[in-house]
Amino acid sequence: MKIFIVSTLVLTFTVTLVHAQENIATLRGDTKLSQEDTPPLMSKVLNEDIKRKRNYPMQPPTIPHKIDNYQVDLKTNKCLSCHSRKRTEESQAPMISVTHYMDRDGNFLADVSPRRYFCGQCHVIQTDAKPVVGNEFIDIDDLLTVEQGQ
Amino acid sequence: MTKLKKIIKFYWNVIRRPSVHYSLGFLTMGGFIMGIFFWGGFNTALEFTNTEEFCTGCHEMRENVYAELQHTIHFSNRSGVRAKCSDCHVPHDWTDKIARKMQASKEVWGKVFGTIDTPEKFEAKRRELAEREWTRLKANDSLECRNCHNFDYMDFTRQSKRASEQHSTALAKGEKTCIDCHKGIAHQLPDMTGVEGW
Repeated sequence: MKIFIVSTLVLTFTVTLVHAQENIATLRGDTKLSQEDTPPLMSKVLNEDIKRKRNYPMQPPTIPHKIDNYQVDLKTNKCLSCHSRKRTEESQAPMISVTHYMDRDGNFLADVSPRRYFCGQCHVIQTDAKPVVGNEFIDIDDLLTVEQGQ
Repeated sequence: MTKLKKIIKFYWNVIRRPSVHYSLGFLTMGGFIMGIFFWGGFNTALEFTNTEEFCTGCHEMRENVYAELQHTIHFSNRSGVRAKCSDCHVPHDWTDKIARKMQASKEVWGKVFGTIDTPEKFEAKRRELAEREWTRLKANDSLECRNCHNFDYMDFTRQSKRASEQHSTALAKGEKTCIDCHKGIAHQLPDMTGVEGW
């Protein structure tokens, strides 16, 4: 009896697993685990130098230009050679915001705070890639308009 | 000393006397053909000293600057054009080239005595070495850049907004030269504290 129950369970489990495997849609697509798919083409980095809208007020602005091989390390910071306070007059690039000069206790420092030094932690480039999955994000303004309309 | 004098005198007499056995035609044609061989051979040898294998052989660079170059646009790119060491660091003009090659022998001294043979020693010297190249390029108006990147052939409409703005103003007026902005495009930068524009 016991053997019967166990074997039934195992069988059901295997069948479900196989069934599930066939139906789950993954980013991997139809490619078998043992095979390697042809990778999609590399997408191009957008380089139009036009400021983009932020999706919410606190969003770190995205980078509207290429940053290939920009060196940001202990020795130097290529981004700051245009975006630092002293360089913006010549470069006409937007200056890094005042929050970048604050330490975690809210004290203002003379130079960029070490915790804000690595630009790429928050600021990213954008590419012309088509989104692989959908996105249901709604802008807060749209949300408020809908609410007011009701 | 007298022996040496004798030898010199003997050879001097040989070359100042007219040939007895060979015709003038043979000697001139022979000289011409040998000249071609020597000239070709010299050029080939000089060209060989411009290859990556030759440079990395005697300059301290295989583990640092040559490795850094390899993932930059000047080494690997879509069109397969590559700027190798000599394209940026050796002038194309003959006299300048020979002068630079003589300077470069000092760097071989550095390799032999291991002045920068560890990453730490190299990092300590990186600023000094970089500054030497910046000064050289600044002085010759970035000649080695311009050997390929000709300002007159630039199509500003194909450049990004930022690039065309800078190139059509500061570069066009001659206020700035390539190296003023394009530092660290082929190798990593040293500590840039105090460098103009950083």
